[in-house]
Amino acid sequence: MEIKNAVAGTLESGDILIQIGPAKPGDTGLAVDLESSVAAQFGKQIKELIAGTLKELGIENAVVKATDKGALDCTIRARVTAAAVRSTGKDVWK
Amino acid sequence: MRNSKLTSLEEAIRKSGLRDGMTISFHHHFRGGDKVVNMVVDCLAKMGFKDLHLAASSLSDVHAPLIQHIKNGVITKISTSGLRGELANEISHGLMKEPVIFRSHGGRGSAIACGELHIDVAFLGASSSDELGNACGYSRSENAKSICGSLGYALPDARYADHVVVITDDLVSYPNVPKSISAADVESVVVVDSVGDSSKISAGAIRDSKNPRDILLAKQAAKVVINSGYFQDGFSIQTGTGGASLAVVKYIRESMLEKGIKASFALGGITAHMVKLHEEGLIDRLIDVQSFDKVAAESIKNDPFHQEVSAVEYASGVHQGSAVHALDIVILSALEVDVNFNVNVLVGSDGIIRGAIGGHQDTAADSALSIIVCPLLRGRIPCVVPKVTTLITPGKSVDVVVTEYGIAVNPARPEVAEKLRAAGLKVVDINELAAKATSIIGTPDALPFGDKVVGIVYNRDGKVLDEIHNIVE
Amino acid sequence: MMFVPGNNPGMMADAHIYGPDSIMLDLEDSVTMAEKDAARLLVHNALKSIDYGDTEMVVRINPLNTPYGKKDVEAVVKAGVDVIRMPKTETAEEVKELEEEILKVETELGCIGRTQIMAAIESALGVVNAYAIATASKRMMGIALGAEDYSANLKTNRTPGGAELLMARETIVVAARAAGISCFDTVYSNLDDMETFRKEVELIKTLGFDGKSIINPRQIEVVNEIFAPTAKEIEKSLKIVAAIKEAQAKGSGVIAVNGKMVDKPVVIRAERTIALAIASGIMNKEDVQ
Repeated sequence: MEIKNAVAGTLESGDILIQIGPAKPGDTGLAVDLESSVAAQFGKQIKELIAGTLKELGIENAVVKATDKGALDCTIRARVTAAAVRSTGKDVWK
Repeated sequence: MRNSKLTSLEEAIRKSGLRDGMTISFHHHFRGGDKVVNMVVDCLAKMGFKDLHLAASSLSDVHAPLIQHIKNGVITKISTSGLRGELANEISHGLMKEPVIFRSHGGRGSAIACGELHIDVAFLGASSSDELGNACGYSRSENAKSICGSLGYALPDARYADHVVVITDDLVSYPNVPKSISAADVESVVVVDSVGDSSKISAGAIRDSKNPRDILLAKQAAKVVINSGYFQDGFSIQTGTGGASLAVVKYIRESMLEKGIKASFALGGITAHMVKLHEEGLIDRLIDVQSFDKVAAESIKNDPFHQEVSAVEYASGVHQGSAVHALDIVILSALEVDVNFNVNVLVGSDGIIRGAIGGHQDTAADSALSIIVCPLLRGRIPCVVPKVTTLITPGKSVDVVVTEYGIAVNPARPEVAEKLRAAGLKVVDINELAAKATSIIGTPDALPFGDKVVGIVYNRDGKVLDEIHNIVE
Repeated sequence: MMFVPGNNPGMMADAHIYGPDSIMLDLEDSVTMAEKDAARLLVHNALKSIDYGDTEMVVRINPLNTPYGKKDVEAVVKAGVDVIRMPKTETAEEVKELEEEILKVETELGCIGRTQIMAAIESALGVVNAYAIATASKRMMGIALGAEDYSANLKTNRTPGGAELLMARETIVVAARAAGISCFDTVYSNLDDMETFRKEVELIKTLGFDGKSIINPRQIEVVNEIFAPTAKEIEKSLKIVAAIKEAQAKGSGVIAVNGKMVDKPVVIRAERTIALAIASGIMNKEDVQ
C-alpha cells in the first residue's frame, strides 16, 4: 500500500495530532514517535494503540509522529484512522 | 536617625553572624514576583557561604536560579511548603543530596515557634519599612512599589529568628505604623531597588471562570456547603483560589442573601470575592494570612476588621488558639484524592513535584467540614485514584469530595451523607468514582520512581507522613 | 438538547456531565468541508466508546444531497446512534430517502428499526410541510426548528422577542402534537445575554415545546429551571399515577383522586410532569415506585 504524507487531528486539549508518512528507504515496520502530556502514565499504551490501529488497516511500514494532548483511546483511534485514510485513500467503512 | 538600622545587604549579612551550615529563612508573599530569595542567595554565594539550609515558607517558578546555588554547594538543604517549575523538576530528578522538607503553613509556624525549625537569620522582604524595621506588606507612602498585603507567613520568622534583616524598596519615615513586623524584632534594614515584580505579586481583578466544568464543580460544592448543616447564621469559611473555589463563593453569596445568613469570619488566603462579601456585610471579619490580589491587599491596609494573622495564629496544630480550630467549612482543591480520602496536593501524577501543601493539612484537620473540589479527570490524568502518589492530607480529616461525576462522603461522616442525599445531591461511593475514571481513561502505568528520597512530607504535628522518591526518565 | 461540534474531542468526552437530556454531535455546520471525514470517524468512535449514560445521543448529519450525507448515515448507524437529525428538511420525500439509507445500513447490521429520526425544519417550505414531515416515517421521534436558516429564508433577521419565528414555532408544535411526536425549539446563541435567553425559554414552554436546543452547558440550568414542574404539580402527579396503578391492580377502569374523576389527558400530563421532574434533576428515578 502506498503511503503519502498526511495529517489528522489538532493540538487542542483532549485531541492528538497524527502525522503519517512513508517509512525511510531501507526501513521496515512502524516507527512511532510520541510526544505526550501523559507520556509517563500512558506513553507505552498510546504507542501500541497507534501501531495496532495502523496494522488493522493493513499499514505495516510507516513513520508516525504523534503529538498528544491527553486524548482518550477512542479519539486516538479516530485520528490515526483519519490520517491513514487520507494517506492511503482506503475506505474504512466497507 | 540616631539609632538607624539602615545598612547594605552585605553588611547586614556580616553583622548577622551567619556561618556556613546555618539556617536562613524567607517568606513567599511576593509569590511569582519575588526578588528577595534570589538576591540574597546570590549575595551569599558571592560572599563565599556554603552549606546553608534555606527555610522558605514556599518557593515557586521564579526561584529556578537556586539550581545553580545548589550545584555549587551554597544551598544544601531546603525546607518549604511547596516547589514549582524548573527547580521542582530538577529536585524531583535528584538534584539535591538531602531531601527537601515539606511542611504545611501551620506546621512550619509551630515548628518555628517550638524551636524544631530554628532560624539563624531571617531575610524578610517588606513593602514598606522605617529605618528601625517597623515593616508591613503595604505602604501609605506615594512611593509604594511592591504591595503584597498580609505578611502572615513572615511573622513567625520575625519573632523567633535569632537575627532579622528587613529588606524593603519603600523606606518611609518613622514610625511606620500600623505595622506587621515590629522594630523590636529587627536587627538590620536594607533598602533595595525592588523586592518584587508587582505585576506578578497579585492578580489585578480576578476574573470569574467561564470554564463550564469549573462552574459545575462550584455549583455542586456550593450545594454541599448550603445543605451540610453548617450553613447557619454565624458560620465561618475558608476557600482556595482555584477557578472552582472562587466561584463557590459567588453561589454561596446568592444563598446567603436569599436566606439572610451571615458569616462570622472568612479565613486564610483572602481574595477580592471575600472582600466584596465583607463590604456587603455578609462576612463580619476577614482573617488574612495571605492577600491573594490587589483588592485584598488594599483592604487589609484600610479596613480594621480585615485582620492580618501570623501562620501560627492561623493554622498551628499545637497552639489551641489558632483560627483553624474555630473554622466551620473549608473548600480545598487537590491534585489527587484516593479511595481512602487521602489527598495529594504536592506531587503531580507524573511523579514531579508541582505544588504546595499550603494550609491544606491544617484546615482539613481542624475545620468542622472539609470539602475537596476536584474534577474526576484533568484531560487523561485521573484525580480520583486507588492510592495517592504522595500522602499530604490524611483521609481521616477529609469529609467530602466533589467531582463532576458525583459527590463522595467519607464513611466516617454518615450524617453529612444523609443531609446531602436528602437535598437531592448525587452521593456516590468513592470507589465508584475511581472505577469510573479507570473506565474512561484506562489504567495508567506505574511511575518510574528511583531509590533516592528527594522529599520528606511532614504532618503538621511534626511526624513524617510520606517520602517522595526521585523520578527516573 | 446540547449541540457539540463533531470535530472537538475535548468537548465530546464530557458533554454528558452537565446533565442535558440529549446531546447532538454535529457533523454539519460546525465542521469544515476539509474535516468532514475526520469528524465522522471521531463521532463514530466516540459513540462506540464513551459511556454517555442515560443521555439520548443525536447526530446531525450533512444533507443527503451533499457528498457527506450518506457516509454520515452509515458511520453513525454503525456506531449505534439513538437519533439522526436531518438538517434543512423541506419535504416528506427527503425523510423517506433518509429512512431508506438507514434501513440499508440496519439491514446489513441486522438491527432494523433501531435508529430514530429527528427532522430540523429550517425554511418556509419546511414549515408549510411540517405535518407531512412529522408523519413521513415511523422512525420520526420529533421535529425541531432551526431559526438561523429559517429567518434568512424569510428575508428577515432574528430579534430578541422572536416575532419572526412565531408562525413557525406554532406550526411546528401543532404538527408535532397532531403527529404524536416531540418538538424542540431552536438555539439561542448569545451566551452572555441570559435574560433574553430565559424569556425565550419561557415563551417556547408556553407555546408547548418539549425542549430547547442549547449551545453551552451554562444554558442548561435555565432550561431545567423553567421546564421543571413545581413541587405541588409533582405531588399531584404522583398521586394520580399511584391511583392508576391501584385501579389497574383492582381491575377497575375508573380512577378518582381526591374525589375527582381523572380522565386520560390528566394521566398523560401527570406522567409527563414526573418525567420532567426526573429530567430536571429535582427528583430521582428511584423515588417513583
